[in-house]
Amino acid sequence: MSILVIAEHDNSSLKQATLNVVAAAKAIGGDIDVLVAGENVGAVAEAAAKAEGVNKVLVADNAAYGHFLAENLGDLVAEVGKGYSHILSAAGTTGKDFMPRVAALLDVAQVSDIVRVESEDTFVRPIYAGNAIATVQSSDAIKVITVRPTAFDPVAAEGGSAAVEQLDVVKDAGLSAFVSEEKAESDRPDLSSAGVVISGGRGMQNGENFKMLERIADHLGAAVGASRAAVDAGFVPNDMQVGQTGKIVAPQLYIAVGISGAIQHLAGMSDSKVIVAINKDEEAPIFQVADYGLVADLFEAVPQLEEELKKAV
Amino acid sequence: MKVLVAVKRVIDYNVKVRVKPDNTGVDLANVKMAMNPFCEIAVEEAVRLKEKGIATEIVVATIGPKASQEQLRTALALGADRGIHIETDEEVQSLEAAKLLKGVVEKEEPKLVILGKQSIDTDNNQTGQMLAALTGMGQGTFASEVVVEGEKVNVTREVDGGLVTVGLNLPAVITTDLRLNEPRYASLPNIMKAKKKPIDSMSPADLGVDVAPRLSTVKVEAPASRQAGVKVADVAELVDKLKNEAKVI
Ligand SMILES: Cc1cc2nc3c(=O)[nH]c(=O)nc-3n(C[C@H](O)[C@H](O)[C@H](O)COP(=O)(O)OP(=O)(O)OC[C@H]3O[C@@H](n4cnc5c(N)ncnc54)[C@H](O)[C@@H]3O)c2cc1C
Ligand SMILES: Nc1ncnc2c1ncn2[C@@H]1O[C@H](COP(=O)(O)O)[C@@H](O)[C@H]1O
Repeated sequence: MSILVIAEHDNSSLKQATLNVVAAAKAIGGDIDVLVAGENVGAVAEAAAKAEGVNKVLVADNAAYGHFLAENLGDLVAEVGKGYSHILSAAGTTGKDFMPRVAALLDVAQVSDIVRVESEDTFVRPIYAGNAIATVQSSDAIKVITVRPTAFDPVAAEGGSAAVEQLDVVKDAGLSAFVSEEKAESDRPDLSSAGVVISGGRGMQNGENFKMLERIADHLGAAVGASRAAVDAGFVPNDMQVGQTGKIVAPQLYIAVGISGAIQHLAGMSDSKVIVAINKDEEAPIFQVADYGLVADLFEAVPQLEEELKKAV
Repeated sequence: MKVLVAVKRVIDYNVKVRVKPDNTGVDLANVKMAMNPFCEIAVEEAVRLKEKGIATEIVVATIGPKASQEQLRTALALGADRGIHIETDEEVQSLEAAKLLKGVVEKEEPKLVILGKQSIDTDNNQTGQMLAALTGMGQGTFASEVVVEGEKVNVTREVDGGLVTVGLNLPAVITTDLRLNEPRYASLPNIMKAKKKPIDSMSPADLGVDVAPRLSTVKVEAPASRQAGVKVADVAELVDKLKNEAKVI
């Protein structure tokens, strides 16, 4: 078996999710090559070559891939990937964008968002917002798979010494162009891989009040998340949404503040190790999954929490 | 310009899903079914394009059993002009759905195809991208804003790091995210009018597509359930427990 892992990166650094996907590839077994597609990605390729368990790093360095346009990446990965038994990427918004194109071009099904490998052709994935867990078997010659990074412990970032090979495959479909971007800049850790996450919901009432959560996050080295209701109301940007159709998180500690606990929200955080809920409604469904529940008005409890945490850690 | 919208019949998002005791799937007998929420957003976007004078005709298509005509009628009541029902009782997976929709695209030649980003039953998030690849179109997935200008469309996409805007040549495929719009409700007069709008029925064979699934479901299980923990009396007790019992801070 030979597995092609598509690296996730921002042209300058390798994202940790790639190491989780390599771990999923190891669980399948076989030679693992990593494809780094982007623009001026020398440093990314070097980082990928050091990852544990990587056999070879293939580099497609061209302006056509600089903005990760799905049309160009889809054509590239379908061509490079056709010699492999499995093609894997992280189930982030980039992988979700181009991987189904790869599957369609290769005329194979895609297995989305796997959380476990049973064998080389059988995988486990949540469906219905995580209310059911399906084991599916693929009969296709090439398995195109997106991987939920939080479900696999990352391989070591250092220690490997894979060969790096430049590809000169340029695919520019000419169907789309990058226009602009609004990046949510933050000095806090990445939501998807943070060890502690504190999230706010509709109960926060406005964006200004999220500063209370940010201060706690900065003290704990945590990331800040949100429910859909808080994003829809414009309190915080879209990239903070945790849930079935937002980000999946599985930190050591998840603190839900003013969040009711709809199934679509739980789908994104119920694999957290320890869950804390602060809600004034003692019937809120979030308490059914919380290890520690505090029935309180958040506008009293959150400032107290900040004080107590400063004393304790 | 003509806009094609694909809508899927799924379990209503409010229903508490239960896994069947024999682990073959989830129990769909007597549960409330509805249009996939992301498809409602797709229909709404098409209707707004028509209200702005950009879209001239909205065709709505669905693949599924006889009962999925209910979702076509809902879309027609919301403002779509006519429906296409690709009728089958078989399970149709995303690749095969994309192939069937490709058949519809070839017949109808729409300038814009709008789908939901994700079905809330399979959580696949694949069909729009596959359709775009099969028809050689560009794609704007997870859209939170759509601006059509002449032969181009700019799509602002919700991505992990924030927002990114891409420009696509038409025809193109768009998949909707939650913030694209807030779908309206159908009014009673419009529900009555929708009953008279035409629905064209066909089979997968009419479109020359083999819908046999490539993925077989070995089993479906309930997730490991989390036990509710304890209620703490105050913040001091909470912090003490996090530090000394759970040891996570
Ligand atoms: C297709 C689809 C996809 C979705 N995807 C997602 C998703 O990815 N992520 C997601 O989060 N949701 C998602 N949702 C939405 C989900 O169904 C809920 O509507 C949403 O999670 C509710 O957010 P909330 O808990 O912040 O708001 P609410 O349900 O309104 O809850 C607010 C809570 O705050 C509490 N509160 C209010 N004031 C205070 C106070 N002063 N002190 C303490 N507590 C207070 C209230 O008691 C209440 O429990 C999706 C829905 C659909 C249909
Ligand atoms: N059976 C179907 N009939 C019509 N549209 C579908 C069907 N399956 C998927 N789609 C469309 O594809 C979108 C994404 O679905 P999926 O790839 O299954 O998550 C849905 O929101 C629909 O717009």
